[in-house]
Amino acid sequence: MSVLVYAESEGGQLKKVAFEVASYGKAVADQMGTEVIAVTFNVADADALGNYGVSKVMNITVDGNFDAKIYASGIQQAASEAAATVVVVSSSADSRYLTPLLAIGLEAGYVTNVVATPSSLSPFTVKRSAFTNKAFTQTEISSEIKIIGVSNNAFGLVENTTACTIEDFTPGITTSAITVESVDKATDKVTIADAEVVVSGGRGLKGPENWHLIEELASTLGAATACSKPVSDMGWRPHSEHVGQTGKPVASNLYIAIGVSGAIQHLAGINSSKVKVVINNDPEAPFFKAADYGIVGDAFEVVPELIEKLKAFKAQV
Amino acid sequence: MKVLVCISHVPDTTSKINFVENDSKFDTAGVQYIINPNDEFGLTRAMWLKEKEVAEVDVINVGGVETEPTLRKALAIGADKAIRVNTEAIDATQVAKEIVAVIQNNSYDLIIAGRESIDYNGGMVPGMIAAMLDISYVNNCVGLEIDGDKATAIREIDGGKETVTTNFPLVIGGQKGLVEESDLKIPNMRGIMMARKKPLEVIEPNGAAASSTTIKFEKLVPKGEVKLVDADNVDQLIELLHNEAKVI
Repeated sequence: MSVLVYAESEGGQLKKVAFEVASYGKAVADQMGTEVIAVTFNVADADALGNYGVSKVMNITVDGNFDAKIYASGIQQAASEAAATVVVVSSSADSRYLTPLLAIGLEAGYVTNVVATPSSLSPFTVKRSAFTNKAFTQTEISSEIKIIGVSNNAFGLVENTTACTIEDFTPGITTSAITVESVDKATDKVTIADAEVVVSGGRGLKGPENWHLIEELASTLGAATACSKPVSDMGWRPHSEHVGQTGKPVASNLYIAIGVSGAIQHLAGINSSKVKVVINNDPEAPFFKAADYGIVGDAFEVVPELIEKLKAFKAQV
Repeated sequence: MKVLVCISHVPDTTSKINFVENDSKFDTAGVQYIINPNDEFGLTRAMWLKEKEVAEVDVINVGGVETEPTLRKALAIGADKAIRVNTEAIDATQVAKEIVAVIQNNSYDLIIAGRESIDYNGGMVPGMIAAMLDISYVNNCVGLEIDGDKATAIREIDGGKETVTTNFPLVIGGQKGLVEESDLKIPNMRGIMMARKKPLEVIEPNGAAASSTTIKFEKLVPKGEVKLVDADNVDQLIELLHNEAKVI
């Protein structure tokens, strides 16, 4: 018996979500009275996982780009080797892609968007968000092996220094019929999925030519940029920035909405963010009911001032 | 080419989410149901295939008789045939197994499902179908082109896009981008009239087992009042975010 966590990496470096799933896995392992084993791909230096409760790392070396089928097969074989009864994955695009395959391979029940450690081990019950962040469910998993997809930023990082051994693991070979032709990824920008802070603009900004306000505020805060649905529908910003019920979910620590009215579908998508700030000239905008902090005012006056004051604030801390 | 579009029957995006029977069931009173938005982008993409190439497009739902108006809407949009597997949907594993049984009897070349439903947000039915059939699968698909027996698909990844090529049969987890919002087809009167005559086949389930069950729902805890800061006092907002919320 063990808890296996899939610790994701990029370019050989562990991602923040790797430490979050390790922290979550450690909490579950403590509940169960067992240890946490991590599986990684192409990570030469996985020692840092020991800071979050992992006692053993199984590193798999693969060639080429991420492939859901090949990664799922590797994790499946690692889970069998580790005799894992609980497998923990993140909510990244890649984890969500590969884990349904892993679930079928392990004949495991897989529950996504999990926001807390199991409320019960027998029957195995977890709390997850549903209805696009408008409600939660208590979901019981009945299979022998359980897979938990932890919601981004729901559990956070919990340090727990543990003696950690690192081994190479060589799974049997799987082939895939998918060929990656090209990857187009901005490496200098913070992604919405990884961001601690997200700055989002709506129709109130009046046009794409005013987006420098959003971008400058975001760069001051080291934030990702996002937008509301009408903004992406009108082509002011790319679809990849659309957050909301039919766009991307946001679960950042801080979400700043500028000129976004706060339609129910938008609020659903950003509800998991911990602190929400709204800047809007319409005091009746529904976003004020969902936000923690608000400024009723003209974005074209408030935002430049906010940028200037934040720069001064950042300079002194 | 035979195409199957998996249709989830979900509450409209503006629905109030309430629960009944001691929070064990979703309150359907006054709720309008729609084709799951992520599935609708896939359905429209399938319609384009029908226009450009010789394609036959079926739609499928696993659910009770209450989902039939949603399937009829898909027929009105232009699907040729609807299939309803007559059983309550319990979880993704069970739904995927029931759909796989239908695929095995009909040899579809392309199976399109939404990347996730907007009610349970599981996001695993397309991947599970691909895994059970051991066929190609591309999730978060925002572009699909077909050239003979080769497909080129664009997958949205965290922070960018990836272009892949693969073969058929193929499962797609679709979303906005597969077609644009403005491309979505609204059924016209002729489509609605024709949909009444199109086949809606009801088949009995093969009794696939679920691996998880929702036992209880919880509503969100209502949040406190917004703290308003004067527009002339931006410093106070920075102070609150730093000292009170501790997020900057």
